[in-house]
Amino acid sequence: MKSETLKQPSVNAPAVLASPASIPSVGSLVRRPEMGSLIGLVAVFTFFSVFGGETFVSAGGAASWLNVASELGIIALPVGLLMIAGHLDLSVGSVLPASSMTIAIVSGHFRAPIVVGILAALGLGLIVGFINGLLVIRTRVPSFVVTLATLFAVAGLTLGFSVILTGSTSVALKSAPIAKQLLGDYVGGKFEVTIFWWIAVVLIVGFILNFSRYGNWILAMGGDSVSARNAGIPTDRVTIALFMSSGLCAAFVGMSQAILYNSAQVAAGQSFIFNSIIAVVIGGVLLTGGYGSVVGIVLGTLTFSIVNQGIFYTGFDANWASLIIGVLLLLAVLMNNTFRMMALTYAPRTKTKAR
Amino acid sequence: MTSPLLKLTGINKSFGPIDVLHDISLEVNRGEVLCLLGDNGAGKSTLIKILSGVHKPASGTMEMDGKGVAFDSPRAASDHGIATVHQFGGTFPLMSIGRSFFVGAEPTRRCGPLNVYDRKRANEIAVEEMRQLGITRIDDGDRLVGSLSGGERQALAIARAVYFGASVLILDEPTAALGVKEAAHVLRIVLQARQKGIAVIFITHNVVHALTVGNHFAVLIRGSKAADFRKGEKSREEITDLMAGGEQMAELEAEVESYVESHRGHPPPLVG
Repeated sequence: MKSETLKQPSVNAPAVLASPASIPSVGSLVRRPEMGSLIGLVAVFTFFSVFGGETFVSAGGAASWLNVASELGIIALPVGLLMIAGHLDLSVGSVLPASSMTIAIVSGHFRAPIVVGILAALGLGLIVGFINGLLVIRTRVPSFVVTLATLFAVAGLTLGFSVILTGSTSVALKSAPIAKQLLGDYVGGKFEVTIFWWIAVVLIVGFILNFSRYGNWILAMGGDSVSARNAGIPTDRVTIALFMSSGLCAAFVGMSQAILYNSAQVAAGQSFIFNSIIAVVIGGVLLTGGYGSVVGIVLGTLTFSIVNQGIFYTGFDANWASLIIGVLLLLAVLMNNTFRMMALTYAPRTKTKAR
Repeated sequence: MTSPLLKLTGINKSFGPIDVLHDISLEVNRGEVLCLLGDNGAGKSTLIKILSGVHKPASGTMEMDGKGVAFDSPRAASDHGIATVHQFGGTFPLMSIGRSFFVGAEPTRRCGPLNVYDRKRANEIAVEEMRQLGITRIDDGDRLVGSLSGGERQALAIARAVYFGASVLILDEPTAALGVKEAAHVLRIVLQARQKGIAVIFITHNVVHALTVGNHFAVLIRGSKAADFRKGEKSREEITDLMAGGEQMAELEAEVESYVESHRGHPPPLVG
């Protein structure tokens, strides 16, 4: 029962964001960047519903992929915005464990109030994001390289400081009940509260991209950053803000993981680097920027999570999941290219013909 | 007579040891089309970049309405009403018409505590402005810019410049990539802009196009102004000859080369 009430908002919320006031025509549906990812999601869901049996479609099954999707989704959304603006952020993979370790060391090892730990962890994400953004705009080094560098630098710092401060690479954390309920607990015994945080991030990012002028700025920056700057967009400020938001979101997930599992490890989070990119690309965002949607990113995240978790409900060896994700990624990009071409060649005549 | 809208006097520009522009003086009046003709590498694009604030001239002055101006950035140039439209028009092929029309100047409306991008109004204005330039095929501002034809993109970019109050419109080879019909349409739009009292600087290779819309012509050769004349003062053959140079060009090249060697990179002063 609970699964239904929970599953609905996460799937429907973005759809509400996307639907324009007018009734969509066939042409306008085809034009939407998330069309390819919707087809992918339906295909994957159907596949695992058939081969995964009843347990996959049960509340427990839904919880397993929604939990994965929520953590990935919170990171994938700001990473997707960055990608639409023409940048990449690989450093999320080490900001996440760094933030986990920060809250565990501050509030677990040094027994500071949990609020201090939370603020320290989130602050760390913002700082790393700020440094990323500043390096990208000042040095003009591609963000791939800059964030690859900070990925390693932050991982090294995390490991180094953890060993110096606590003598260990794993720290226990006992958090206050309120913090635990809000940030790292299960609802109904199965669903992580991060699912609700994910919905919140979807709404915020959806608003930014579709309904605020900043969304236009982000699209323009990804399309052509020089023209965007000439049009009066403060591209430097937007770039830094975007990197800070992806740092913040990665730190948020790291923090909530530490609270959820009551401990933090130095080596968590590396999987998020590529998983977030895969989710965003499956969601129809153009890797080189300038094109993409929030609905697409959400669909891509769900697709990735269903493949990742759904495999356990089938009789297949779990190792095949990576193969499926690889093939899926390629198919998704091909399909998204096709739909983008259709969007570019779409003419009003199609609309009248369809009537 | 009133002072010209935009006046350049003795503009020089060099990149390192290479003189790109040498003592360029030009005037553009309201409601006139100045055609800037010249071969590749003649310095046309450098001149545009100076006008649109991308580069600063090494020496020389720019005046608008009789007042001296200097542009530190493209933003400063557009604040003075100078708009540049490049060869392929819209530079955001994957953005919607409405969104790219208003990039950096999005209309917003209040929605509770939030300022919301007014997509409907943006689309309506963009479509209407394009319609005024004779593009009637487009009725949906949500279409992507990339789905427009080359001429329609030029129209969109010109409509945008006109809407945001450009007084000087720089068109960088707007017809170069277009078919005959589309080019004719763009030329008609240029005439429309001229009628609105906008000063148009029209950069082109195509002498026929230039003669169709231009009031005033300047030919650039190797960074120097080789000719400056009004409509009717020279025939098409003469202009083509001037641009391409023929034998003259080869001679000139040899001459300039030898001169450059002996004068540390400065081309010869203009004669005649």
